[in-house]
Amino acid sequence: MGPIIQYITSYLASDQTPGAAGNVFWMLVYIMLVFVGLSVAVIAMNWLERKILAHMQVRLGPMRVGPHGLLQPIADAIKLLLKEDIMPAEADGLIFWIAPFVVVLAAFTVFVVVPFGPTHAITDMNIGILFMLGVSSLSVLGIVMAGWASNSHYPLIGALRSSAQMVSYEVAMGLAVVSAVLMTSLNAEGTGTLSMIGIVQAQQAQGEWFIFKFFPLGLIAFFIFAVAMVAETNRAPFDLAEAESELTAGFHTEYSGFRWSLFFLAEYSAMIAVSSIAVTLWLGGWLRPFPNMLSGATWDQIFSFLPGATFLFFGAICFYNAVRMPKHPLFRIQTIGLFGFGVVLGLIGLVLCIPAVSVHIQDIFWFSAKIAAFMYLYIWYRGTFPRYRFDQLMQMGWKVLLPMGLGVLILTASVALLQQIWHL
Amino acid sequence: MTDHTTLSHLELETPEKPFLDANELVINMGPQHPATHGVLRVILRLDGEKVLGLECVIGYLHRGVEKIGEHRTYTMFNPYVDRMDYVAAVSNGLGYCETVEKLLNVEAPPRAQHVRVILTELNRIASHQLWLGTHALDIGAITPLFYTFRDREEILKIYEKYCGARLTTHAFRIGGLQYETYNGFEREVNNFLTFFRPKIDEYEELLTTNRIWVERTRNVGRISAEDCIALGVSGPVLRASGVKWDLRKAQPYANYKNFEFDIPIGENGDTYDRYLVRMAEMRQSVRIIEQAVAALPEGPIIAKVPKVMKPPAGEVYHSIEAPKGELGYFIVSDGSTQPYRVRVRPPSFVNLQALDLMCRGQLVADVIAVIGTLDIVLGEVDR
Repeated sequence: MGPIIQYITSYLASDQTPGAAGNVFWMLVYIMLVFVGLSVAVIAMNWLERKILAHMQVRLGPMRVGPHGLLQPIADAIKLLLKEDIMPAEADGLIFWIAPFVVVLAAFTVFVVVPFGPTHAITDMNIGILFMLGVSSLSVLGIVMAGWASNSHYPLIGALRSSAQMVSYEVAMGLAVVSAVLMTSLNAEGTGTLSMIGIVQAQQAQGEWFIFKFFPLGLIAFFIFAVAMVAETNRAPFDLAEAESELTAGFHTEYSGFRWSLFFLAEYSAMIAVSSIAVTLWLGGWLRPFPNMLSGATWDQIFSFLPGATFLFFGAICFYNAVRMPKHPLFRIQTIGLFGFGVVLGLIGLVLCIPAVSVHIQDIFWFSAKIAAFMYLYIWYRGTFPRYRFDQLMQMGWKVLLPMGLGVLILTASVALLQQIWHL
Repeated sequence: MTDHTTLSHLELETPEKPFLDANELVINMGPQHPATHGVLRVILRLDGEKVLGLECVIGYLHRGVEKIGEHRTYTMFNPYVDRMDYVAAVSNGLGYCETVEKLLNVEAPPRAQHVRVILTELNRIASHQLWLGTHALDIGAITPLFYTFRDREEILKIYEKYCGARLTTHAFRIGGLQYETYNGFEREVNNFLTFFRPKIDEYEELLTTNRIWVERTRNVGRISAEDCIALGVSGPVLRASGVKWDLRKAQPYANYKNFEFDIPIGENGDTYDRYLVRMAEMRQSVRIIEQAVAALPEGPIIAKVPKVMKPPAGEVYHSIEAPKGELGYFIVSDGSTQPYRVRVRPPSFVNLQALDLMCRGQLVADVIAVIGTLDIVLGEVDR
């Protein structure tokens, strides 16, 4: 046992990611954590999307299963798992079977390099951002496979739309990413990095998030990415591949039950993945907000309490709503449940307030909070915008975003060159 | 003007072609499809995403309303017409009652006519609200649907209080009304008007200047005034093409000639213009209701009509401006208690003819937008 425990504890002293340190045990632990975290995030996102969208649309959303519909995603998951698994008779069985797994695999694999903190990543690759872009675009393969294998017209059109859309938006996205990567090279040695952790550390070293860098160039690059990433994940207003009113459900029309839920899982984890790219490249990754304006030990102290305070706040909301629940025997279980949920959230909040814990957790908290902001944006888009038509979508990708991306890239490069060589 | 003889008939047989030569695609949109507004089946012939032509298959909701009419007395047939365009049941009832009144040569008393105008115009607003919500939903904006349904509810509440029903109201009787207005009817209608005026602005705020909405609707499904007239298209679709034709003005029925209102018309005949025309029509309806409520006269609500109606032998055609267009009833009487023949000219059915013309050369997504903008109700198309 001795050597094993030593092997396990040896990592704790290092300041590297488990992958970089080569510690298999902690790597597996991190993979499990990311996997569980993602699943919980997708479940939470499911509930939040329905609730937020509902409140934008003057309705309540799920209210029946659990207090305020909190158990609705679980009920849905059970329903999907119990549903009959249908494969169309004329479908190409093997490809039909593989397609959802390809999509899920692509969506989950990218989280290998997502840096939740300076050491909180499964591994740190020196080509991290390339890896993310590359693997996340593999999911289109699964979508095309699904559309083709269904042997049906609507899925086929959906898959074709999806592939054309993803390919054309990838270009603009890549250009925006390159202009951010260029900014990482603005240091004494003049060496840039493609590592996700390195990019955040470059922002830390330069004391400026890249969204504010070379104002407004960073902002424009961020904007291009923010538009392209919505198109990349097939979400409203670019949800042509699954346009409900046109193609019934697009590429997953013929899928049901568990296979369908895999597509669902992949869609939401892809949303989180591209948001994490945006957060890493432009919004300072795990760094807390206002690092310059509100700097110093006191502010660090205050900000380190925020994760706990947030959970306590959510717990308090639960208590408030539990108190407001109708005083009727039928609602007793729901009220108790909501109280219990509030207690759990409050306890998490209290634990996070312990300084020893919050030091390790606050990176993850800020990263997740920034991603959550993007998730809200996604829901907001869905509630606000009509859907683009296919040719308009292409036009926007090739005629607006691509020239903009090229321009921003050239300008960023020029400004960086001026700073680097002539020290302007 | 498009030459209709050049619109070739669809070759629906998939030709024997070598594998992977997938230039042309025939797909069935409907009868189970989220955006065909019921059970319309559209057979699309596509080149990639481009529509080469389409054909509508109707009849999935056929209930033989016209035939039923031949075996019911004039009074008994009255509720059936509500089931045709169930979104604008009151308008259907008005058309039928006025036609039979014309046949019987009676006229509804002024108070009844005013109440009829109020309820019919409220119905026009409700119908346009439902159109707006579903049309926006088809184009991908899901939120307006809930806004319009929230406000449509207020109209349905007025109906419910007036006659007990919300959708298939059977509000009118031949010769006038069965029910006197309830206490506070005028106040509630006025309250609705003050409540509703800012709501139109709210809808417009969501859509009129929305960039994506404008791109999705402008120059989509264009139809010229000549084509509209040639195809018999009526209602907002015709007016959006620039023809100032509204039966409320052109051949006033009820007592529309006593009210002041404008006929909004469009210029381009595209989906965006049709949207603007219908939005403007809602505002005009508000204007009409306002005048009607203010001038609501006292008096009897039903004219003297015989208990057993035996109209003199003969035939009559009467049409009204329903929310969707010209709604006409052609009734042949043989002097008995039952009509010899009832023929309905439903606006949705006639307007649907224009779908093929409006969609050729456009994309699949536009077909959805055009079906939405035609504002068809399948209950009325199939009858």
